[in-house]
Amino acid sequence: MTPQVVEAHQLTAAEYARIVALLGREPNYTELGIFSVMWSEHCSYKSSRLHLKKLPTRSKLVVQGPGENAGIIDIGDGYAIAFKIESHNHPSFIEPFQGAATGVGGILRDIFTMGARPIAVMDALRFGPLDKPRNRRILEGVVSGVAHYGNCFGVPTVGGECVFEECYSGNPLVNVFALGIFRKDQIFYGKATGVGNPVIYVGAKTGRDGIHGASMASAEFTEESKQKRPNVQVGDPFLEKLLLEACLEAMQTSAIVGIQDMGAAGLTCSTCEMGSRAGTGIEFDLQYVPQRETGMTPYEIMLSESQERMLLVAEKGREEEVLRVFRKWGLDAVAIGQVTSDGILRVKDHGQVVAEIPNRALADEAPLYDRAHTKPYRPVPMNAPAIPSRAAPDIIKSDLIALLSSGDICSKRWIWEQYDHTVRTNTIEGPGSDAAIVRIKETGTSIAMALDGNARYCVLDPREGAKLIVAECCRNLSTAGALPVAATNNLNFGNPERPEIMAQLVESIEGIGEACKFFETPITGGNVSLYNETLGEAIYPTPVMGVVGLMKTAAPTPLHFQSPDRAVILLGGFGQCDETHFGGTQYAKVILNSLWGLPPALDMDYEKRVQQAIREIVRAGLAESAHDISDGGFAIALAECCFGQAAVGACVYLDEEARIALALFHENPSRIILSTSEPKKVQEIAQYNHALDCTQIGVTIKERLQISNRSEWLVDCSLSDLKAPWEKALETRLLQP
Amino acid sequence: MKFGVVVFPGSNCDHDAWFAVSNNLGQKTEFIWHDAASVGDVDAVILPGGFAYGDYLRCGAIAKFSPVMQSVRKFAAAGGLVLGICNGFQILAESGLLPGALVRNRGLKFICKPVPLRIETTNSPFTLEAQKGQRLVLPIAHGEGCYIADDRTLDQLEAEDRVVLRYLDNPNGSMRDIAGVLNEQRNVMGLMPHPERVTEPLMGSSDGLVILQSMVSFVALAANRRDLQDLIDDELIRAGQ
Repeated sequence: MTPQVVEAHQLTAAEYARIVALLGREPNYTELGIFSVMWSEHCSYKSSRLHLKKLPTRSKLVVQGPGENAGIIDIGDGYAIAFKIESHNHPSFIEPFQGAATGVGGILRDIFTMGARPIAVMDALRFGPLDKPRNRRILEGVVSGVAHYGNCFGVPTVGGECVFEECYSGNPLVNVFALGIFRKDQIFYGKATGVGNPVIYVGAKTGRDGIHGASMASAEFTEESKQKRPNVQVGDPFLEKLLLEACLEAMQTSAIVGIQDMGAAGLTCSTCEMGSRAGTGIEFDLQYVPQRETGMTPYEIMLSESQERMLLVAEKGREEEVLRVFRKWGLDAVAIGQVTSDGILRVKDHGQVVAEIPNRALADEAPLYDRAHTKPYRPVPMNAPAIPSRAAPDIIKSDLIALLSSGDICSKRWIWEQYDHTVRTNTIEGPGSDAAIVRIKETGTSIAMALDGNARYCVLDPREGAKLIVAECCRNLSTAGALPVAATNNLNFGNPERPEIMAQLVESIEGIGEACKFFETPITGGNVSLYNETLGEAIYPTPVMGVVGLMKTAAPTPLHFQSPDRAVILLGGFGQCDETHFGGTQYAKVILNSLWGLPPALDMDYEKRVQQAIREIVRAGLAESAHDISDGGFAIALAECCFGQAAVGACVYLDEEARIALALFHENPSRIILSTSEPKKVQEIAQYNHALDCTQIGVTIKERLQISNRSEWLVDCSLSDLKAPWEKALETRLLQP
Repeated sequence: MKFGVVVFPGSNCDHDAWFAVSNNLGQKTEFIWHDAASVGDVDAVILPGGFAYGDYLRCGAIAKFSPVMQSVRKFAAAGGLVLGICNGFQILAESGLLPGALVRNRGLKFICKPVPLRIETTNSPFTLEAQKGQRLVLPIAHGEGCYIADDRTLDQLEAEDRVVLRYLDNPNGSMRDIAGVLNEQRNVMGLMPHPERVTEPLMGSSDGLVILQSMVSFVALAANRRDLQDLIDDELIRAGQ
């Protein structure tokens, strides 16, 4: 094996030496390919694993933590949920539609491979600014890809978020979260137990797609063949739907011992991981693998990332029961080999051994790097620029409108109307709200979900930024009345070999760990996506959190004001913000076109009390509407509360000493705006039970938004003046020539 | 009464239809697999939404050749009630059980949102519990829901009072705002909106119930009428003796 071939497989000389040591000999070409994908950053987490260990992963409710296809939480009444988030960033840049579609397909398989029926999907998207046609094309492709796959499969896309930033121009992010439900006693794991049990391949035939994506170029491929080989897999949601129904039905036979989907690194990953988890070996012959192309080499078959495939181990002698179900659904299902006792992955081709590697060497012996990390990369100043006053009412109004129609804040209806978000008739709260809620018909309870990221905060301070994101998700859930119980994370970063990028990753993970410990939302799984760089410039550190919460099934508390003459209450207080902590706000981004300083200050203890209080208030039925303050600050949150169908606005009186722009638009956490007909009771709960600042700041009125400070009018305008730009902004930008 | 919900491999609203009629209407309900040679002893068949066989060709173009559609055809010819929702409507149109066709939405995008509709006729087993002109808000969720037909067909549909539902704010470009139609015998109906998705307050509304409830009432009425006829026949026979 020449150094060039090793290098082409993205293995270092030291890694190659380790392979030779583990095997006791030189690997052959197929074996090298197998090692290269299993030891890739994507599969082995070699740069992040050391730090991921710092995350809390246990609680009374956690049935399965990280390391399986998805995390599992006990939701009571004999039921459990499986959920995870995963990225498909690079493929979505190369081919937005298929990249995003297969991203959805991959995470759905992670859920139903455990036996859970997917009941909700959410997506966190990041694009470059829409004034560039290429970014518009990527966004449209990604959105239709998500829609295509999810809608056809029949899972509702119930929420998500979409943010624009220059750093994503050459590197969009597509993070997809999925959640499924099953009986707690019917969980399936990716374990190949039982020596002699047959190993069965089901689903789509194997083609040459995705090989290049997993292992990069290799010496054997000619330039010509490389061009023919598609980088990005092609998704078939109908086939996935068949696979879902067939797998769930086959699981009912009780003849299935273990099952795992073929995602990244395809057949290689599923075989060696299943064997490794069970401490067994797997022996199979490639001649039985269904193939849709002729002349595929063992290397290609083992590394193919063709979609919609599963590997399962059945109880010996009962394979026919399993095969019958797959035949019913018109799917390929073939016994390709069996479980062995020697712990070795033995791949044959027409009886000839073409690869022979200990499963553990592939799945567990990948190198673990404690990469150097220094101070986080921070390409921005600490000190605030000169902030213009902008306090005249007409300027405040135009700033308010500019913010409401900015990419991050404007309505994302154009996106989510393309997603079927009501199929399965469980969606109690869908897209466009603080948290999505789906009910579980079987239990009378509901699951609330929130997805959030804020890379501007994280580039200023990855640790504090990450904590703010966890806090925001938990606050979103609490505002819906749900108790946050568990989390999944998607860590999107640049090149970990650069110490200042590695530092961003480490600090973010530690921040997530601290916050998840504090808010009692253990991490049950997730995904790490590194090397998100273009031309040497990394994306902002972008951890995305997905947090799930539990609640009784009930009509949701709306975000919007419902009727006039209600008290408008600010739970958590107005808060103070200096210029340094103002630098990561949307106001700084949109109005001042600048980024500096530090993210908003978070007091986790205070935050937790705000969350407890709002849950208590919402559960007591005291809030007619509730919405937490986040991107854009108080004025934006208040405006959003006014955008309901009832066209109810608010008249609000402030008593702020601070500069007006800072007061209206700072993004301090731990604040919730609610409307109520029982202000006294709400204040009692907040003040007496939780020692919180909780003031009535005004009343709801018809059709106008009015804000005054110390008897000086700051804002007084009709709701339609604000709502129309907010509603139309995204579509207008997408339709620009 | 007993509903049958047809399950094509790519149906994805089959569980929803089942839940709506069995749980929220309390009716007996069973699934009918797509290769069934008969629909069995059901009183009404629902063709649910989804992507029957993937619909990579034209929506419903493959489904029309499925064994179960032969059974549904027979069932409809014998006067059985057939309700096609979304993909079910597309399949009925492809199968020739309903006139017209459903093509890509005007904006070429999939649309999922609640839309306001008007009940255009109560002279059908699917709307007899409704009021003429009644406003319903039902969700749509489709990429190919633009109803088209030639002018003669459209004129005929209107002349024969076979347009059941119209969009009040046409979301997909459907000709003459048509959202749902009846066959000539008035026992087969197709509509793009999803009544089964709004059948209890937790789903946001119960507006969809009126359509499903009408079917139940119709079947009950028909059964009463049959019983009455049997009674009369018995009396006549006895009198003849």
